[in-house]
Amino acid sequence: MRTGVFHQTFISDERLWDSPTSRRWMLAFVLAMCSMPLWGGDYLLAMACIVGIHLIATLGLNITTGSAGLISLSHAAFMGVGCYTVAWLAKKGVPFYVALPVAGLVAATLGAIVGSPSLRVKGLYLAIATLAGHFVLNFIFREWDSVTGGIPGTSIPRANLFGYELVGDRRNFYMIYGTALLLGLAARNLARTHHGRAFVAVRDRDFSAEILGVNLLRAKLAAFAVGAFYAGVAGGLLGYFYGNITPEYFSLNLSVFYLAAIIVGGLGSVLGAIFGAIFMTFVPEILRLVAQASSQWLPQIAGLLLPMGQVVFGVLIITFLIFEPHGLAAIWSRVRRVFHLWPFKT
Amino acid sequence: MIELAEYIVLGLLSGGVLALIALSFVLIYKGTGVVNFAVGEVMMLGAYLYYAGAVSFKLDPWLAFFGSLAAISILSVLIERVVLRPLSGQTAVAALMATIGLASIIHGGAEAMWGGETLTSPGLLPRTPMTIADILIPGAVLGNFAIAALLIAAFLAFFRYSRMGVVLRASASDAVTASTLGINIHRAQRLTWMLAGSVGTVAGVLIASSAGLSPMLASTALGVLAAIVLGGLDSILGAILASLAVGVIEALAAGYLGGKTREVVPYIVVLAVLLVRPYGLFGTRAIERL
Repeated sequence: MRTGVFHQTFISDERLWDSPTSRRWMLAFVLAMCSMPLWGGDYLLAMACIVGIHLIATLGLNITTGSAGLISLSHAAFMGVGCYTVAWLAKKGVPFYVALPVAGLVAATLGAIVGSPSLRVKGLYLAIATLAGHFVLNFIFREWDSVTGGIPGTSIPRANLFGYELVGDRRNFYMIYGTALLLGLAARNLARTHHGRAFVAVRDRDFSAEILGVNLLRAKLAAFAVGAFYAGVAGGLLGYFYGNITPEYFSLNLSVFYLAAIIVGGLGSVLGAIFGAIFMTFVPEILRLVAQASSQWLPQIAGLLLPMGQVVFGVLIITFLIFEPHGLAAIWSRVRRVFHLWPFKT
Repeated sequence: MIELAEYIVLGLLSGGVLALIALSFVLIYKGTGVVNFAVGEVMMLGAYLYYAGAVSFKLDPWLAFFGSLAAISILSVLIERVVLRPLSGQTAVAALMATIGLASIIHGGAEAMWGGETLTSPGLLPRTPMTIADILIPGAVLGNFAIAALLIAAFLAFFRYSRMGVVLRASASDAVTASTLGINIHRAQRLTWMLAGSVGTVAGVLIASSAGLSPMLASTALGVLAAIVLGGLDSILGAILASLAVGVIEALAAGYLGGKTREVVPYIVVLAVLLVRPYGLFGTRAIERL
């Protein structure tokens, strides 16, 4: 809590940004993001688009796994479902503002199906059930040629806003960040409703939650469905962004990537998802830059990039779990507190 | 009819090796309460170390085999000490995610060291095919099954009769009570990890010698997770029986539905079993108290 802020009504206490300073910062941040295509370079924009897509998917996993405590290893597969739904609809001429929500809903339906064992089994069995879901869905991606294009993949027509084609990163940027802003606000607000609190209650002790009147069946299925909805939308955006997609993209590694993102960022908070998505997107980039810089001494290093990325992801997951289980969001709030209370010690 | 018998026999034989992986997994789950997603990667690393010893350093295969067993045992102890001990007392999901991280590290490391292509690993056993009642059985498969069966029998005897086995069972069934009775839990857990790592290594070497060695080897173990769910996470006997069943199911699916379905059919079975019998066929039903 910032010093010098005194709430006098419940409404002001419950606002998302509860002090004038944080509102001003938020406004400045949104303005900076909106104008980014004007001042940002090509590289920055491309990275920003990828961060935005990862952000949406991370927000989703952070609801399923972070808030509701239901571990999901089929997140990448749900993204794939969203992506292929968009590919199929876009070819039929459906505009993106219809196709993306539909992609989310299809993914959410599948999410509820894959998550249905969660009603009877707990964490460990559930992880294996979602793993099974991942493999079954991936098998469908590879084999259902007429929709997914099989292993060679399929192409997705450009998004089109009233005859105005969204080509290139600059125009996709607004589509991606508009969606991310909407879904981010939705996630933030979900946490303040009784549905969001029910998720946290289910995570902390599901039997107690049931005794307190939470409908476990509904809460668990909803947690899976909402998480999968976010993944489906992210997958759809991914399809529009790349324009071409193969089943290989939605591998188990991608699910592990998102798991790493929510752990590194901070489980169960929107801020954590944002930090995690940004951080995890730049880790492979930094590795790539290091590899480029050292390629004159080690010519074979380019081939080691992918495996080294896996090693770094693993190390990050374990390090954060052991030393900073609440992730970058916790570090951030500590730093903030020091500044707020300065010159007093915390 | 002969076709069906052939699929069943081959499935049973390959299920024997799957049972070794399942054993490695169940040992750790029973002994330490950790669901080890890195089982496949440890197994793969064991196979690669054997390959490095036998081919790169041109050692005697058996020497390379025991060398890799020793190396994996040391690694398992390190994993237990560095990664999982600091996480003990936290939720099961934290440990689960840590092992996923571990799997990622080992997988990436092995691929960086040895590359992604399939290598031919030297066999430990002679490969003479056999014919039993008109069914041709490849030699490697039969030898693998024999080793797996021997090892599993040895393990069951160890747990049943030896003093150390009793210690491990005691600390697995109730760690707190066991430690009040003077059992060193840390030592028991260390030993559990060593044993699980060694069993995994044997499985890895056996599979690699018959199916080739590549980072894809680790995903074999993911298929075994299916078997373990079928048998119940905490039942050694259930895991063995279910591995055999999964071996047969895989062979039947590959035979009748085509090779591609081989990798998904076990998972479909898992999803179905989880919906009907959530704790597997032989697992203990967890009773939760508030």
